[in-house]
Amino acid sequence: MSNAMNKAYFAQGQDMDHLRPPEGCRPGVDCESWIIRGARVLDPASGLDTITDVFIDKAGIVGVGQAPAGFATDNVLDAAGLWLIPGVIDSWARLREPGQEHKATVESEARAATASGITTVCVPPDTDPVIDTPAVVRLIKRRAQLAGGARVMSIGALTQDLAGKRLAEMVDLKEAGCVAVTNILRPVESLAIMRRALEYAATFGILVIVQPQDPSLAHKGCAHEGAVASRLGLPGIPVAAETAAMAQVLALVEETGARVHFANLSSASAVRLLERAIDDGLPVTGGVSAHQLFLSEMDTDAFDPNTHVIPPLRTLRDRDALREGVASGAISVIHSDHQPHEGDAKAAPFPEAEPGISTLETLLPLTLRLVEDGVLPLHDALQRVTSGPAQLLGLKAGGIAAGLRADLCLFDPEAAWTLDADSMLSRGRNTPFHGWDFNGQVTHSWVAGRLVFRRAGQP
Amino acid sequence: MAVVFVRPKIPKLAPDPWAIQFDGEGRLKHLLTIEGLGPDWITRILDTAESFLSVTGREVKKVPLLRGRTVVNLFFESSTRTRTTFELAAKRLSADVLNLNISTSAATKGESLLDTLRNIEAMQADMFVVRHAASGAAHFIARHVAPHVSVLNAGDGRHAHPTQALLDVFTIRKMKGDFTPLRVAIVGDILHSRVARSQIHALNTLNTGEVRVIAPRTLLPAQVEKLGVRVFHDMREGLRDVDVIIMLRLQRERMEGALLPSEDEFFCLYGLTPEKLAWAKPDAIVMHPGPANRGVEIDSEVADGPQSVILQQVSNGIAVRMAVMSLCMGGREE
Repeated sequence: MSNAMNKAYFAQGQDMDHLRPPEGCRPGVDCESWIIRGARVLDPASGLDTITDVFIDKAGIVGVGQAPAGFATDNVLDAAGLWLIPGVIDSWARLREPGQEHKATVESEARAATASGITTVCVPPDTDPVIDTPAVVRLIKRRAQLAGGARVMSIGALTQDLAGKRLAEMVDLKEAGCVAVTNILRPVESLAIMRRALEYAATFGILVIVQPQDPSLAHKGCAHEGAVASRLGLPGIPVAAETAAMAQVLALVEETGARVHFANLSSASAVRLLERAIDDGLPVTGGVSAHQLFLSEMDTDAFDPNTHVIPPLRTLRDRDALREGVASGAISVIHSDHQPHEGDAKAAPFPEAEPGISTLETLLPLTLRLVEDGVLPLHDALQRVTSGPAQLLGLKAGGIAAGLRADLCLFDPEAAWTLDADSMLSRGRNTPFHGWDFNGQVTHSWVAGRLVFRRAGQP
Repeated sequence: MAVVFVRPKIPKLAPDPWAIQFDGEGRLKHLLTIEGLGPDWITRILDTAESFLSVTGREVKKVPLLRGRTVVNLFFESSTRTRTTFELAAKRLSADVLNLNISTSAATKGESLLDTLRNIEAMQADMFVVRHAASGAAHFIARHVAPHVSVLNAGDGRHAHPTQALLDVFTIRKMKGDFTPLRVAIVGDILHSRVARSQIHALNTLNTGEVRVIAPRTLLPAQVEKLGVRVFHDMREGLRDVDVIIMLRLQRERMEGALLPSEDEFFCLYGLTPEKLAWAKPDAIVMHPGPANRGVEIDSEVADGPQSVILQQVSNGIAVRMAVMSLCMGGREE
């Protein structure tokens, strides 16, 4: 990419993006102005919790409580009885495009996301081709713009083709809009290469996301190595696969000062390692997928292929430790780890079914269920899926205040519903939460000031 | 009757994972695992097997119970012995038998398990006898076959091999009678053994006095004691006062995963020799699910010795499989 092109692209990059109206926006036509009246406005970033009006114009929030001078619009929504919360930022979700469009597409998933209150989705780089060049970043961004649902951000590859041998062009990727880099679960050839990768990322202030799992310890495992897997004869993945990988990276963080986010944690021991590293002042954070906070090895008991997920569902003790980590703030982010699959991928015996759960539509419901379960207060729960990830990824969203991007959703706390896998909006219906009852449902979502989702029957 | 495979969009799971083995009226329909059978069903299977033993001794070895029925042996993993005993059992019940050996190459050509099942739809089967390398494969098939088809698990991954466990407890019952005072030791590669898992469930269901496992830690699954066994690493301690010794086959590839240093060291520590056998009760019986690796887990002198019941196990295997087949197909209109 030439320097001039680089600059041109950078001008549209994430830094400027948040206040720029969507491309080709004609005021009053494409970019909308809104008054959301009388909702209970919940902003975990500022601690705001009050019933007031919110004003939206030119893709941004222009006023909370008080309209800016001369503000007028016909779009007035009476939101009495509803909650207005920042749009959810999902920092780890597969949309399967490019490369696996038979599983899902950016369009199908970006639309499913907004119906569940998710306004920003970050995709890991294991697409085909891998997100290791700006071209793929742009392709995904364009697809998302065409889809007109949630904003989609890329997470770049740490190494070229995720092969673990040569560094990817991280700066180029960052300038193209990548929020971080990662090698996902793919092995990095040596600790020496991992160290250089962290050093290089640290030089340019690039966040590295690590999903800790030692490949040789995980081997061909498909379930938590414990009592249930032993009984069912399922090859196990020991907790040490997670902690050994994490400890290695922590040693390198201590040396390089790189900013590292551990995604998809699964064990009590990993939470302990994370807490200790944070206490030691290392620049590390942790994330967990929502399903890990509700399921355990017990749920694999009937060989349900929908519970085959990596990292595996571990013991109830691990689940409780993860919940405590979320409550204390050591785990600052809850993500979906969304992995939609076509039916065939799960139509196989447990070990041979492809791992992963379709979780976009349960991220916010499960996070709010933590409040019902008394794990943490409402503001803290919302924080883990809004301002928490926004802060982690350097996004100017995830809050409700004048000057922020108008990524918002309205939520009806009284709407009770039952999850029916067959009527999920995601292309992937692979969920073990079929039949679960939830309280509260998203009714409207705005992305950059545009109403992108309105539940049927809502004004 | 044609086999029709229903493929629900989302498999709705029964609340009790093992309830799938029974039909709406509580009759045995599939045999997938020992778990959930309870002592009554196991005893009923063993008693039925007892009545078939006499058939095996007759000159005309057939009974007409499954006349007109088709049993398909669906083996995704090679096996001669198990398949042969299932085949014999079905033939002695007068069923038509079809053997399908589906090599792993068919799977690598991209044909899914469900595709394979659909392809034998046309073969009008009443019962599938399934062996597969993946744990849970038999459950998967049982969940997807048409309502009138029975599925017998002939071994799925490391999970279960229920008919082997049933023939083992059948053999023990014939030799020892009551299970409550017995100490039974299972020796060797428990980690990879579906046989051991099913034996442990069967013995515990029948209220066996003590079930022991004897192996180095590399060959034991995590938290194996939660299966209801006492764990020993030393043969002398583990075999003390034992009434039944079950030796498991040790696969040679275990050396490669660094689970064991060598066959020699394993034989030295855990191989059943006349000297080690002397540590057990004098009337202890020696069992092996076969095929035995002589000189690796068991000495020939023991395998062929007076305390060995290995050959009885094989002939009991036919009667037990006849019993399971007739019970799973019983209670249905012709």
